[in-house]
Amino acid sequence: MISLLKKYFSKRLVRNAEEAMSGIKSGNKLIFGGFGLCGIPENMLRFLINRDDIKDLEVVSDNGGTANIGLGVLMKQNKIKRMYASFIGVNPVFQKSYLGGDLELELIPQGTLAEKLRSGGAGIPGFYTRTGVNTLVEEGGIPIKYNKDGTVAIYSQPKETRIIKERKYLFEESIRGDFALIKAWKGDTIGNLVFRKTARNFNIDAATAGKVCIAEVEELVNPGEISPDEIHLPGIYVNKIFKGEKYDKPIENLVTRESREKAKDDKVIIKYIK
Amino acid sequence: MYANLGIGIPTIIPNYLPDDIVVFFQSENGMLGVGPYPAENEADADLINPGKETVSELKGCSYFKSSDSFGMIRGGHLDLTVLGGIEVSKNGDLANWVIPGKMVKGMGGAMDLVAGGSKVVITMKHVDKNKPKVLEQCQLPLTGKGVVSKLITDLAVFEFDKEKGMILTEIYEDVTLDQVIASTACKFEVAHDLKTIKL
Repeated sequence: MISLLKKYFSKRLVRNAEEAMSGIKSGNKLIFGGFGLCGIPENMLRFLINRDDIKDLEVVSDNGGTANIGLGVLMKQNKIKRMYASFIGVNPVFQKSYLGGDLELELIPQGTLAEKLRSGGAGIPGFYTRTGVNTLVEEGGIPIKYNKDGTVAIYSQPKETRIIKERKYLFEESIRGDFALIKAWKGDTIGNLVFRKTARNFNIDAATAGKVCIAEVEELVNPGEISPDEIHLPGIYVNKIFKGEKYDKPIENLVTRESREKAKDDKVIIKYIK
Repeated sequence: MYANLGIGIPTIIPNYLPDDIVVFFQSENGMLGVGPYPAENEADADLINPGKETVSELKGCSYFKSSDSFGMIRGGHLDLTVLGGIEVSKNGDLANWVIPGKMVKGMGGAMDLVAGGSKVVITMKHVDKNKPKVLEQCQLPLTGKGVVSKLITDLAVFEFDKEKGMILTEIYEDVTLDQVIASTACKFEVAHDLKTIKL
């Protein structure tokens, strides 16, 4: 049975990022799983960083990594034309590229972004939501692209609204992409995936919204070795899977009980508030 | 109770919880039941809060994907949201995601959290370098309109009422009413039973 399964799904299992990503071209829209540096497809990111011929990408990702790891590096290399994200707060490269006019950015509330992917992957073209009502998300006017002189070249557009049971909601269109690039903890050779702790984050929603979904995993097992009750994402969503060559799993903000005690918490906090 | 804490001042709340209260903290990147910061040898790259800080598991915690996380937020399943603020207006408008021309952070999950129908508490400094942050009308782009139910600053505590507007309900013992009035750029009512917060 397992050998038949393997044969049937033989194209799904690939050796590495290079083989998995052979179809990716400049101008493609890539949807990334991950939150910050947690649960990001490290091996696929490394591949894109090393491929100078792939650029003008549209990238959907909740945030943009850090200056030196992950998507931040692709930004520095100017390979991203437009980002769809909810938060750019702590990444100076992201801020600089955006405000300097090198990077277009569509800011999307985090929950709306997750739902755009979920609905996109579920065949629902859009939805009404309360999030962003009576803000610039509804009214339009959020800069998407700056000119080099700091003036705004493109603003976000106003959104359609509708009153449902006496409350106002706004309409959001779903997102689909050419490729979803995701990372799971464990997967079997036919694409059933299990995630670990908060590294699940956007990975599942992203996976469903890509025309082609590529998953990299820390651990690869045979079909049947993962209990069916424990599978978080069924293999039907996954077109290619490979075992990542190397995982650094960097921690963006390492905070421990020890480090907090050293900072003498309360004094720092009181100073901050006063 | 289920509560979501924003980045900044709200993250210190768990340190001050009485022992007899059970709160499951929701982390919008996909966790209910966030535990304290881990011991050094237990820090795990796969276990972080929305500020990307390493955290730990509480007994009874659970993990889920982002769309589920915001489903529980938008769907009104949380009891409480505590966020930081840059500006709050007297009718409960909140601005905390962008200062045009100066700072672009992005809204992250804040717009979803304030749209979700849970009680929204804002914690922030009362003034920023002598510039008032509690205003007649927010000057910055809004995160949500009329969404704040309580504001806690380093001077005082206010409640927001749809009819009565902004009401001063608590004041720190070393702060005078005149100080609060002078530091606030809008009118507010003073509660009949104004309480003093001992430090």
